[in-house]
Amino acid sequence: MNRGPLIVGHTKPATETHLSARPEHSADSPLSVHALTVAYHRRPVLWDIDYDAPANQLIAIVGPNGAGKSTLIKACLGLVPRASGQVEFWGRPYRQARARVGYVPQRESVDWDFPVSALDVVCMGRYRKIGWCRPVSRKHKAFARECLDRVGMADFAKRQISQLSGGQQQRVFLARALAQEAELYFMDEPFAGVDAATERAIIEVLRALRSQGKTVVCVHHDLQTVAEYFDHVLLLNMRVVAAGPVREVFTPAHLHQTYGGKLTLLTEAAEAVGRAAEGERQP
Amino acid sequence: MNPAVHQFLSLDLWPIVAGTLAAVTCGLLGNFLVLRRQSLMGDAISHAVLPGLVIAFLLAGTRSAWPMFVGAALAGVATVVLVEVVRKLGRVEPGAAMGVVFSVLFALGVLLLEQAAARHVDLDADCVLHGQLETLFWFPPSEWGAFWDWLSWSAVPRQVWTLLVMAALASVLVTLLFKELRVAAFDPALATSQGFHAGVLHYVLMVFVAAATVASFEAVGSILVIAMLIVPAAAARLLTDRLGTQIGLSVVVAVLCGTGGYASATALPAAWGGGAVNAAGAMTVVSGALLLGAVMLSPSHGVFAKAVRRRRLSRRVALDDLLAALYRLWEQGQETVTRPTLAAFVPASTVGRAESDALRHALITTSAPDAVALTDEGMRRGAALVRRHRLWETYLVDRTEQRPDHVHDTAERFEHFGVEPPAGPRVDPHGRPIPDVSASD
Repeated sequence: MNRGPLIVGHTKPATETHLSARPEHSADSPLSVHALTVAYHRRPVLWDIDYDAPANQLIAIVGPNGAGKSTLIKACLGLVPRASGQVEFWGRPYRQARARVGYVPQRESVDWDFPVSALDVVCMGRYRKIGWCRPVSRKHKAFARECLDRVGMADFAKRQISQLSGGQQQRVFLARALAQEAELYFMDEPFAGVDAATERAIIEVLRALRSQGKTVVCVHHDLQTVAEYFDHVLLLNMRVVAAGPVREVFTPAHLHQTYGGKLTLLTEAAEAVGRAAEGERQP
Repeated sequence: MNPAVHQFLSLDLWPIVAGTLAAVTCGLLGNFLVLRRQSLMGDAISHAVLPGLVIAFLLAGTRSAWPMFVGAALAGVATVVLVEVVRKLGRVEPGAAMGVVFSVLFALGVLLLEQAAARHVDLDADCVLHGQLETLFWFPPSEWGAFWDWLSWSAVPRQVWTLLVMAALASVLVTLLFKELRVAAFDPALATSQGFHAGVLHYVLMVFVAAATVASFEAVGSILVIAMLIVPAAAARLLTDRLGTQIGLSVVVAVLCGTGGYASATALPAAWGGGAVNAAGAMTVVSGALLLGAVMLSPSHGVFAKAVRRRRLSRRVALDDLLAALYRLWEQGQETVTRPTLAAFVPASTVGRAESDALRHALITTSAPDAVALTDEGMRRGAALVRRHRLWETYLVDRTEQRPDHVHDTAERFEHFGVEPPAGPRVDPHGRPIPDVSASD
């Protein structure tokens, strides 16, 4: 959580150099963030964020702890108040785009001792479509069951959620996102603390979503897999350090700026990853 | 006229109904407080509504229902807001913030009450604490026929009607907004992002808690209100893992508290020749006893169930150990094993129990006096256990690079459970053969 004041100094020039490289705002973009600033207790957490997400891509938000990655997602969804700026979805405010936007919070953010089954949790993804004051119909339950099946969890539908492993819980969350039938998904660290099988299952689902023309924005921690899993990356540390296609933007220099010169081990790792990514892009 | 019926109808019926309705109302709402881990908020609100009540009374000059409810609802919302403010600005834990807010507001209420009392106003601090359940008399009726008499209905105590309306409202809230309250309690971020604003739902719930508190106050007092906001939901939570069932069970627990509590307040002391005790107090004590019962007897989380499961497991482990030991001895050529020999391989404390279990399931036979041998079925079970043990040893040595002499204890634990490492190896790290179960069948 140690983010010193040096980060701002590091990121500022980067932001300026890349202003020209950023795409123009457009109403077609599933997500446009304009001059977004968020503050907790008067301390800015996100500063002057401008970002247009390209449609039909898997997008990673990458940055050190405390860089404001989760806050960016929450600010987009109106879960934390914005100090300034605006966020538009297909050129409209969130209120009008709610049904088209899905959300997967961090797994640790909920109480897994809650008395509900896996299927109940997935059904929560249908609540928006069901509407106020109406019970979950058989049709919606059947759909939720299908979603559980798509993440390989059909056999666990009746299981109380505390009896699932961490990876299974994450898959239930993913199934709930599928049940939302959104066009744009925000996922907060879907790969955190899951087993290898779940990681493969999740990435398969993400790719399936992309092939259906959907857009997925993930907070992602593992620099090793950014190049393999994602098309587009947003490097974030309070400000946007750089954003664009992984092959152009996910470079050692940008990572260095994102994580700050102090974190030499991380930087070295990133450089190694960057070299590997470069190699991979030349068949 | 039957004097027992007369006494029941005029003295006992409506206190029981009122107490039960208050318990059910608070129990229903309490489910969502317990799930949000905000049980203390019920406590806080039930105290903090007092200044709201007194102010509403002073302003309206009457003790009629509407000003009271509006005052209480506003006080309830103010409590939630103040707790949030104190928590954020004071940077203290939520429990401390609630404690500060409700004690200060309650004290303010008491001071206001004193001021009001000075002006000969009919508001009583005692009644706030333990209610006046015993004063809910019903005079007109003398027989069961009273229920068909419209006039006698109009003499039913006002508090009962208030509580009935409140219980109905709480039931409607919980039924209509079941899924909204559930998602807001489980995952507020998702609920809000879907348009079911978790904060608003929370305030709605708190307004209901405040209203339920007021409706219950006069009849049952604040002790019972606090207990009923927590105990039925907490007890029901121990008995099930489904929210719908939990809510249903919480109502059952609340009804048991209401009726059982009243019975133990009147009938039990009478049996010993004493006078009746405070009914609301007795209901609260009964609720505590019910919670204790749930803690002991819950099928999944209960103390008793856990003890039974542990005992069953240790019995199975002892049986497994016996069969595995007999199988290993059989491998070395000992088809029948004498008890002294066996004693060297299995702990003396469990061998007797394990032996009788094995005999009962026909896993061993006593071929000679003081000697046992495996039956075919026992042989199969023993082979499966030894196979699993040696497969685990092989796996642990191969995959976790532990030394062969370090893996026995881990394998000894793992062998009792259904998980088996991949088949394939024929010899364990110590060079002993791994029994092939399919071949020995």
